[in-house]
Amino acid sequence: MAKSITQEFVKGLWAEIPPFRLVLGLCPTLAVTKSVENGLGMGAATTFVLVCSNILVSLLRNVIPDKVRIACFIIIIATFVTVVELMMQAYTYPLFLKLGIFIPLIVVNCIVLGRAEAFAAKNPVLHSLADGLGIGIGYTLALGALGAVREILGNGTFYGIHLFGSSFEPFAFMVQAPGAFVGLGLMLCMMNLMEKK
Amino acid sequence: MNEMIKMVVVLTILTAFSGGLLAAVKEGTKEKIELQELKFVKGPAIKAILKGAENDPLTDRFKIKDGKTEYSIFVGKFNGKANTIALESAATGFGGPVGVMVGINVDRDEVVGVGVTTSSETPGLGARAKSDPSFVAQFKGNTIKEPFKVSKDGGKINALSGATITSRAVCEATTNVAALYKKLKPEIQKKLAAIK
Repeated sequence: MAKSITQEFVKGLWAEIPPFRLVLGLCPTLAVTKSVENGLGMGAATTFVLVCSNILVSLLRNVIPDKVRIACFIIIIATFVTVVELMMQAYTYPLFLKLGIFIPLIVVNCIVLGRAEAFAAKNPVLHSLADGLGIGIGYTLALGALGAVREILGNGTFYGIHLFGSSFEPFAFMVQAPGAFVGLGLMLCMMNLMEKK
Repeated sequence: MNEMIKMVVVLTILTAFSGGLLAAVKEGTKEKIELQELKFVKGPAIKAILKGAENDPLTDRFKIKDGKTEYSIFVGKFNGKANTIALESAATGFGGPVGVMVGINVDRDEVVGVGVTTSSETPGLGARAKSDPSFVAQFKGNTIKEPFKVSKDGGKINALSGATITSRAVCEATTNVAALYKKLKPEIQKKLAAIK
């Protein structure tokens, strides 16, 4: 192995942070980041699926026949997504209501399948675990950051706490769909500027 | 040939295993999910509508079948009499269905309160139907005989500014509940009499 386990973990936090660097998994990124809580919740659910599916795919990488590997990955991913969905319904019901359809849609999140195909299928278990965890946490942070920007500007709150007085007129545009694109675009732009220096 | 058998075997084992796991998780979380739904979706609205009830409306509930659908009816006791019920219906708002719980006094056929249960309306605009008590307070004390309408459509309800579609949906859902209540009233009264 060229890289150590720590390196595999750390790369997901900045160098390959999914929505900004890889520009993958944009559907939930744009859709659920109306608030910090939604963003972090979605990130946590995705992280769980990523870690579990990466471990299982890596364990089974020598057993799964090459021709049906994508089908096998999808079965593994879909199973964990459904587990997450039921768990969220049972324990964090309010969050489940807010995220709604985007939880089952983790199945088709290309980050998860991407990591299974590009990484876990070729690397040992511990490396895959680190990779899944790193990418997952990176994704969570990215969603949280975008959620924070949109929630503060669009609703005047952070994690449900009011930041400004009642005279603050929320910039409602930010919590609607166009705000997601503008917010994401500005964050991508900032990341690229920082990288240039 | 060999490869094909291997593919079939691997896929079969994998799907069987995943099916088994999901069945186990589903079974394990079933009760918890039902409880959560009652507590978070309907609970707060029911408690707000039937404020001051002497019993717990969440435990004193019964179901009535109308055709194929089953409706849960929550009962509130006031002054020792089970004379108020809460019933839920939905209408389409701006971001999807808006669920509305309506409390009705059976003796007077009057709305005692309205509360939004499920909605995916825009935060800061339509979502205020749920968070702003002054909007739903307008429904209180109205008779169920007339359909509810926003003032733009010739009704009495003042729509939330910037959220006419959501306001209309709440009115429509309340009207739906009223219609449903009228239809089910004989059965409801029978059940209520049994509770006393």
